[in-house]
Amino acid sequence: MMRRLSPQPLEWINRSQSVTFVFEGEEIKGFDGDVISSALWAQGHKVLGRSFKYHRRRGLLSFANHDINVMLQTADTPNVRGDVVQPEQGQTYKAVNTFGSLAQDKGALVEWISKFLPVGFYYKAFYSPKFLFPKWERLIREMAGLGTVDTSWGERRQPKRYRHCDVAVIGAGPSGMAAAIAAAKQGVDVCLIDENPYIGGSLDYQYANEEALEVTRDDLKTTIAEMDNIQVITSAFVAGFYGDNWLAVNSQQGLIKLSAQSVVVATGVFEQPAVFRNNDLPGVMNASAAQRLMARYAVAPCKEAVVLTANPEGYRAALDLIKNGVVVKAILDTGCGENSWSVPVKQAGIPVFENAAIIEAKGRKALQGVVYAVNGVQQSLDCDGLLMSVGWAPAGAPLYQAGSKFAYNAILEQLLPQELPQGVFACGRINGVFEIVDQIKDGQQAGMAAALAVQDKSVPDFTDYTATRAHSHSYPIWQHPKGKEFIDFDEDIQIKDLKGAIAQGFDNIELMKRFSTIGMGPSQGKHSNMNGIRLLAKLTGKSIDQTGSTTARPMFHPTEVSHLAGMRFRPERLTPMHAFHQQAKAKFMEAGVWLRPEYYATESSREASIAAEVAAVRNAVGLIDVSTLGKLEVFGRDSAELMDRLYTMRMSNMAVGASRYALMVDDSGVVIDDGVAVRYSDEHFYVTTTTSTSDSAYRMIQKKVIEWGLKVTVLNRTGQIGAMNLAGPNSRQLLSQLTDLDLSNEAFPYLAMRQAKVCGVDATFIRVGFVGELGYEIHVSAQDAEHVWQQIMLLGESFAIKPFGVEAQRQLRLEKGHIIVGQDTDGLTNPFEANMPWAVHFKKTYFLGKPSLVRLKTLQKRILVGFELLSAAADDMPLESNLIIDDGEMVGRVTSIGRSATLQKVIGLAMVELACSQVDSELTIKLSDGRMVSAKVVKTPFYDPQGLLQKPQESALGGAA
Amino acid sequence: MKFVTCPSLGRRALSEFTFGGRVEKETDQEAVSEREWAEYVFYHNGAPKTQQEWWYHRPTGIWFLFQRNTLTDSITQVDFANKGLTNDA
Repeated sequence: MMRRLSPQPLEWINRSQSVTFVFEGEEIKGFDGDVISSALWAQGHKVLGRSFKYHRRRGLLSFANHDINVMLQTADTPNVRGDVVQPEQGQTYKAVNTFGSLAQDKGALVEWISKFLPVGFYYKAFYSPKFLFPKWERLIREMAGLGTVDTSWGERRQPKRYRHCDVAVIGAGPSGMAAAIAAAKQGVDVCLIDENPYIGGSLDYQYANEEALEVTRDDLKTTIAEMDNIQVITSAFVAGFYGDNWLAVNSQQGLIKLSAQSVVVATGVFEQPAVFRNNDLPGVMNASAAQRLMARYAVAPCKEAVVLTANPEGYRAALDLIKNGVVVKAILDTGCGENSWSVPVKQAGIPVFENAAIIEAKGRKALQGVVYAVNGVQQSLDCDGLLMSVGWAPAGAPLYQAGSKFAYNAILEQLLPQELPQGVFACGRINGVFEIVDQIKDGQQAGMAAALAVQDKSVPDFTDYTATRAHSHSYPIWQHPKGKEFIDFDEDIQIKDLKGAIAQGFDNIELMKRFSTIGMGPSQGKHSNMNGIRLLAKLTGKSIDQTGSTTARPMFHPTEVSHLAGMRFRPERLTPMHAFHQQAKAKFMEAGVWLRPEYYATESSREASIAAEVAAVRNAVGLIDVSTLGKLEVFGRDSAELMDRLYTMRMSNMAVGASRYALMVDDSGVVIDDGVAVRYSDEHFYVTTTTSTSDSAYRMIQKKVIEWGLKVTVLNRTGQIGAMNLAGPNSRQLLSQLTDLDLSNEAFPYLAMRQAKVCGVDATFIRVGFVGELGYEIHVSAQDAEHVWQQIMLLGESFAIKPFGVEAQRQLRLEKGHIIVGQDTDGLTNPFEANMPWAVHFKKTYFLGKPSLVRLKTLQKRILVGFELLSAAADDMPLESNLIIDDGEMVGRVTSIGRSATLQKVIGLAMVELACSQVDSELTIKLSDGRMVSAKVVKTPFYDPQGLLQKPQESALGGAA
Repeated sequence: MKFVTCPSLGRRALSEFTFGGRVEKETDQEAVSEREWAEYVFYHNGAPKTQQEWWYHRPTGIWFLFQRNTLTDSITQVDFANKGLTNDA
């Protein structure tokens, strides 16, 4: 292992266990604890990826997940971030976005034509002619994609978890650790969250070799380990900050929804690269990246280094290099000057050039040397490593999302948070505090304040520990006549691209971002936004504050779709007859939250099974479970008034023992629900709703009762009552053997309701005609429902009974032309369009949506009609939602369609413009494959237009009952 | 997680509630002009303010009225709906 160093005091690797994996066809050996990038770098690899647009060679930049230079993929996972992901033993990794291989990427040819690809090129070049755009889009997507998604991959879901704490501390660097301890000492529960596998933060890589801090480090870590009320969550980052301190914590095991009463943001700062020619050559990296590489993984960043610095941290990095045997050839100081670390650097004999400026990095496949100027005099040095330490940008997403503002501090040359929202605190480097001792004090006061806020105690004044010198370069951007100075490494954005955007008028930060795509890649601006803002401010002559910043919305860091999807926790409701359905080979479907039998698989195929069920209802008798209907009971003095107000038909004049169709519209006149209402007594109604609307209808009705101030009680009895519909010519004969109720037409006419016993239990019977045969809806308590069902089925054997499912019912009701709300109606359909003007009683003084319906009646443009298909060919079958075309224009759509076994025709319902709604009008339906088929408008019902079968004469029933 | 303290129920997660719209006095259907009705149905002023809103607690089936600031999303008062309906919005 060429670049592996001797053991480091705080290293994360376990040298006793090695890990082997394959990268671009080569076997790589690393240690347990290595990330992919560190193992590659240790083995001498420098080219770890290719850039998005120009396919330039890329190595390490931030080595902290602030860039995506090292983006890999395995056979089943795209977008593996090499800088933070540990390799799996035996896994094969490949760089994304290469054509051929990483070493020989044909895509790199794009760079030769890059001068013809100015900023905004895609928007302009491919805009016209429009018909070519799909072709270009495919090409661009192929060229510029990041990894390949294999759609045959299996579904992966990570559970979401909930956690609660008093104080959440984001970031476990020195100030975060101190904050957690200070809060915990107040007796509150603390969660300390860090994106790394270990706590410690910059204390463990930037100050790894500061012997004076060893005691401090041990103190902090030991105390945290010992305190029971500090929960440490590592390898997890806060991806979103939502209202009321609700944090989305992305852990490797899935999303944690963390609810905290106070939050301390100790997220620190992102190191920002310098912008100069060829700053993306492998070997040029942030100083903190080099320090992470050495301290955590014991890997030397290079053999001979040059350090470009604007702050003391660059000198600290140089000392770390020296300690690990790397030759530091020079410090290029762009304005930092004397500091506590510059003295030992100079003592070590390292040349320090003040007033330095970087001109360019040189090298073919990786860095071979730098060209720079000192006091304007151009010089050069050979080196294989260039460390950039020119400044910091706040890791401010949690604070921005919490609603705090940032303002530019001209002494620090850094954005600092202002006006923190209630219950939110910040400390450490994000607060502009750079000395470790100060960071700890700042953390302590923030942690203490966060705990006191939880306890509703007053918070003492804060001491200001903000640094008094600059830690960032005010403008770390050095333009070169030949260009290739990269600001955004994700998107290959150079200075000229941003200049071009500004010159074309996109001189607002939000516009510049969208036009140039700066900050829009997977890094979301972590390494590029600050330099973009500085450049824009300079070119427009504005201050940093005037220039502003784009908003980092949640999820501020890319989050796996499997994390967001979470586990599927949808409740499933089962009807009381579910066990029967299972035994009877039911194929279930979801209807709202319910599982309902779609059909019973009794025949060789789905179609044959459904046809047999339909035939049973038409010729003998069938039984369907309708327990999923919403069932509401209405009691009280104002019951009739409520029913009148809720439904479009008059309900108050219903006789006791009658039933009536109940159609509901909203304020805008759109059909939202239908069912059947019955009247038990003057002040007692019972009404059904559609399966999927039972909860929302109940909720809305309760609200209306309050609004209208009515004396009425509404109960949702959906789960307490089981219901079934017994339908078919044999239904009366069958039922008469199970109840004492007089079922004759005189005693129990069509649409009447009766209460009596069935199979020994109390029941409500309603004579309904939904499927178009003599039929009885039977409602009994849920605990009796299965018993009644079983008795009917048992006795029904001699009447050739069959249970039937939702699909047979749909076909049966289609033959009758009955609508299903939500299928034949949509979010705009009113009762007139649904061809149900008879269901609207305008004589009532008041009902929901009346003024809208009065108006809509005069504005009708479309109507639901029945049609039959003129072609009988099997592959000419339209689908629901297929369009109806007339003279090239859309004039309607199919809402229901089915092959009627009873009628031997394909019939359907369609919502069409009035002009083509006359009986015998020809409709042209466009199939999904583009072919046209003909149909003609026919009268509904298709089956038994006079309704003789649902209200047969006694004589037709063979003298039964 | 957002919590809200309700009469009788105490501190409950907001996720147990369903939003039911702003409390709005329904226009008199008899006296209303077409324009007024259209405005009642379709025009909703979205300017941020503190307003009274319907919130339904699903586990208990109780409607509450919240005073909520739509800018800060802070809930300043919670009443049982049948007691606190002011119809002044």
